[in-house]
Amino acid sequence: MINSHDILETINMIDNENLDVRTITMGISLIDCIDEDINRACDKVYDKICRYAQNLVKTGEDISKEYGIPIIHKRIAVTPIAMLAAACPTKNPVKFAQALDHAADTVGVNFVGGYSALVHKGFAPGDYALIESIPEALDITEKVCSSVNIGSTKAGINMDAVEKMGRIIRLTAERTADRDCIGAAKLVVFCNAPEDNPFMAGAFHGAGEPDCVINVGVSGPGVVRAALAKAGDCDITEIADIVKKTAFKITRTGQLVAKEASKRLSVPFGIVDLSLAPTPAIGDSVAYILEEMGLEQCGAHGTTACLALLNDAVKKGGVMASSHVGGLSGAFIPVTEDAGMIEAARSKALTLTKLEAMTAVCSVGLDMIAIPGDTSAAVISGIIADEAAIGMVNSKTTAVRLIPAIGKKSGEELNFGGLLGQGPIMDINTKSPEKFISRGGRIPAPMQSLKN
Amino acid sequence: MNAVITVLGKDNVGILAKVSNECAEVGANIIEVTQSVLQGMFAMIMFVDISNCSVPFAQLVDSLTAKGDEMGVKVHIMHEDIFNAMHTI
Repeated sequence: MINSHDILETINMIDNENLDVRTITMGISLIDCIDEDINRACDKVYDKICRYAQNLVKTGEDISKEYGIPIIHKRIAVTPIAMLAAACPTKNPVKFAQALDHAADTVGVNFVGGYSALVHKGFAPGDYALIESIPEALDITEKVCSSVNIGSTKAGINMDAVEKMGRIIRLTAERTADRDCIGAAKLVVFCNAPEDNPFMAGAFHGAGEPDCVINVGVSGPGVVRAALAKAGDCDITEIADIVKKTAFKITRTGQLVAKEASKRLSVPFGIVDLSLAPTPAIGDSVAYILEEMGLEQCGAHGTTACLALLNDAVKKGGVMASSHVGGLSGAFIPVTEDAGMIEAARSKALTLTKLEAMTAVCSVGLDMIAIPGDTSAAVISGIIADEAAIGMVNSKTTAVRLIPAIGKKSGEELNFGGLLGQGPIMDINTKSPEKFISRGGRIPAPMQSLKN
Repeated sequence: MNAVITVLGKDNVGILAKVSNECAEVGANIIEVTQSVLQGMFAMIMFVDISNCSVPFAQLVDSLTAKGDEMGVKVHIMHEDIFNAMHTI
């Protein structure tokens, strides 16, 4: 029998500590929608998504009500659209983005990811056209998210793509400058992109995935912080144990929801992504966990060590709680989406260089960071190259989601509203990497790739 | 299938009666109740069998939540599997 302490603990986590399942993401393969006539291909894309995902939102809401656990997002990830665009080379692939947006509206999801290209070793047919169309696609659609994988441990880093993406990020921000440059907040540049990530904006449905799959992303920074607060003055080994135990409980709710959604939708269960994903809500912050460990403010010396411990303990606790683990799995540090990070960035305790160090030990990368509007494309490419190098050498995913705040300077703020949050424009090093970036070519894969 | 009803809030007359009545009306069978009042705060945990419930679970959630609001207490009703998942290996 369940004891009353456990029941009250669960209810307290949900009511007061922001425990939730962050997202149920349905991955849908669009390989069978490939057609040389782009209009026909778009019709097939729209029809397939609507057919497969027609009950996704309703099912998520039913499960949420029955188990009393909030499920914040219901989303869709699709095959990288560059693969579909390859079949109709003379047409503007932005039509696919419109079809995805339309389908997202019809089935009621709040984001659809997969306006993507995988170019870590080079450009295949469809990749150039898709990448060049990203600024327009993110301008004219609301719910479409885009990602480009420009490097991997196995392939090295495609520096031609790095150069291109610096420009594309700027152009995307410029096209949406009247909306706080929100287009750039829906664009992620990856190294080692996972093919089963349920979190936006980087979700897409990889080529090795089944026809349709349910992936679930859990969350719960508030729960971890509260558990540490209750523990008081204990040593760091005990801190790691508390995080592990809490992560286990959080992940079990994700596993339960994933299995239930998979059963009700008759779609195979893919993975649970063990992530601590913050929101701008007070108390739902990863930065606050680090501060609870004993830092005066996130960004202080010691932050990287605290984050390394947190990231590792979340995985250790979560991995036993789920039958299949995947996606990004670790702590997220999106600056504008985390109340503690926003405060730390405002007070300049948290800098871009510190964030770069933090990305070496956590699950993603430089995420949701507003940079000055006059930052050149070459500097953005330089930031991407650095971040990709960290991912490539450490055999981990790294990502860059920067928002050039067009017309604004360091110290001013951007405000996207909702879960994308708000935050100050951070100082960056403006020395030019232009010559390095313009050389092009490919950074060879590191020794770490030679495991066979 | 079992569900867990929890009621938390300021104590007043008839909380247990009203929640039980709501359950009886829809055929939810009460299996076990634990209840305490500490310094005026009412806390009750009730296990109910909802296999023969005459209304959809979502409707029961809504009616119990509304009843709780009426009485000024917080009522949750959740499938027992969520607690089993979180607290057992």
